[in-house]
Amino acid sequence: MKAHRVNQISAGLTGLAALLIVAGLVVVVIDAVLGGWGALSWRFFTEEPGDDVSEGGVFPAIYGTVVLTLLMTVAVMPLGVATAIYLHEYAPPHSRLARWARAAINNLAGVPSIVFGLFGLGFFVQLLGKAVDHVRGGGLHYAQPGLLWAALTLALLTLPIVIVTTEEALRAVPVETRMASLALGATRAQTLGRVVLPGALPGIMTGAILALSRGAGEVAPVLLTGAAYSLPTLPNALSSQFMHLGYHAYVLSTQAPDVEAARPMMYATVLVLLMLTFALNLVAIVVRSRARRGST
Amino acid sequence: MAASRSTRIDRWVEWLVTAAGMTGLVALGLILVFIVREALPLLFDGDVTLGKLVLPQPWREGRAPTWLWQPLSRVPKVSVVPLIVGSVKVSAVAMALAAPMGIAAALFSSEFASPRARELLKPTIELLAGVPSVVLGFFALTVIATALQTLFDWPYRLNAAVAGVAMALAIVPIIFTITEDALRTVPNTYREASQALGATRWDTAWRIVLPAASPGVLAGLLLGFGRAIGETMIVLMASGNASVVSLQLRDPTRTLSATIAAEMGEVVSASTHTSLLYFLGVLLFVLNVGLNASVGAWARNRVLRARGAHA
Repeated sequence: MKAHRVNQISAGLTGLAALLIVAGLVVVVIDAVLGGWGALSWRFFTEEPGDDVSEGGVFPAIYGTVVLTLLMTVAVMPLGVATAIYLHEYAPPHSRLARWARAAINNLAGVPSIVFGLFGLGFFVQLLGKAVDHVRGGGLHYAQPGLLWAALTLALLTLPIVIVTTEEALRAVPVETRMASLALGATRAQTLGRVVLPGALPGIMTGAILALSRGAGEVAPVLLTGAAYSLPTLPNALSSQFMHLGYHAYVLSTQAPDVEAARPMMYATVLVLLMLTFALNLVAIVVRSRARRGST
Repeated sequence: MAASRSTRIDRWVEWLVTAAGMTGLVALGLILVFIVREALPLLFDGDVTLGKLVLPQPWREGRAPTWLWQPLSRVPKVSVVPLIVGSVKVSAVAMALAAPMGIAAALFSSEFASPRARELLKPTIELLAGVPSVVLGFFALTVIATALQTLFDWPYRLNAAVAGVAMALAIVPIIFTITEDALRTVPNTYREASQALGATRWDTAWRIVLPAASPGVLAGLLLGFGRAIGETMIVLMASGNASVVSLQLRDPTRTLSATIAAEMGEVVSASTHTSLLYFLGVLLFVLNVGLNASVGAWARNRVLRARGAHA
């Protein structure tokens, strides 16, 4: 039948488009694996880069990335969750303030990552950093790029992610549960702390993991606020500069003097970054689907 | 006594939460105010006039006026036109590739695919959304550049087309997710009515469902475009970094975002150059706010939901 044919062809063509997109992902992954798998070794994960660009490992970059994203998470979670709670639980339904707050978050989500980097450099490093140094006394510490400012910049960037996933999680807690709690005499705060938040916890964790994953992969914001290519020591203070997986990959692939020698290193660094973000994303997906199934 | 204590806590919590709720507003406002403030000195700078920013200038004796961006030369050339052209070129290539693919794949997922296929497709594309842009830039630099070089034998290895293809990979998840969400929101009654009248699934999808979902689809396209314009790492690594005006896809190019990233590190503080870079930041910021504003309110909420999870 002709209709059947048309359906088959259209399903086939659109399915082909879907397949091509998936193929794009697969090719990126396979390319990274093929190029970098050979260079992965225990040494690669635990050593610092050698004098020759083709030797050594990326441990300082891994360390720097981990510390940075942990700091970022500490900064973003309280603010993000609280904002989501405001928007979902406390904001009056037709309040103009709430609408503006929501619009602001919407816009914040669209700001290019380099603009965050620009803001981080100008506001955090140069303005706040100078103020902090002035108050602290004792020389130049915070008025230069470092962990704290980079973490705060990334926290701003990932704020919408946390807010949106937390709101989704809050929405998943049934209204009846809330009402039951209030009917038993609990205050709003008590209901929030003992009923709603525990129920929304898996979703909130998903938000944290997604934010982690995004934060670990973004390079543009840390380009100007603290990432460095080659440092003699690991960062040991909030004002230290740090090495960063993404930044390392960027510098290696655009500024390495001997491209062929740097090749295995480049690929391996990219592969580690990819594996890290994928692992985080997969964990988030698993947590989210288990939360959805468990909440029935 | 217990009752009034918990009431006090309750009020405290409400106050705290409301204050926290303003974070988004405060952050956005702070960013805008700050980058505008840093760009303001340009208004008083003699080297930079609106004409110099936008109109072609005669830079060399006897040669035709051109647009150039070279703020670091002895005679600073500050036209933003090459950068805007660069941004638009790369984003156009990306959209030309990503829009059909994303919409087609979304149609597949929403109208033709089995539930099982859909369950597999969505997370996979979400995974693609999670690939850091530096990895995509790296991929462009190595694989895409080589592929296009062998196919077309262009004089320059890194150019707008290479960056555009990688950029398409970056924005297709956004277009797919938002379009798919919009398609799924179309009530089933539309589909049932159409099929009851004898239409094929394709007819239903293309002529009924897709048009019904068009605000959402448009939103997805606008936001994909916005993301492409603002994307930094891919262009920084793969577009060739030549800030000249050229409509050819095979020529290297420079975008607004890459310029900020590349030049901010080497800038003399508080100079005209710094203010110029902040000005570029303001341009990007305003462009994105504009795009956001033109997305209708309904679409905006769905978009935020779809995008917040893996923007």
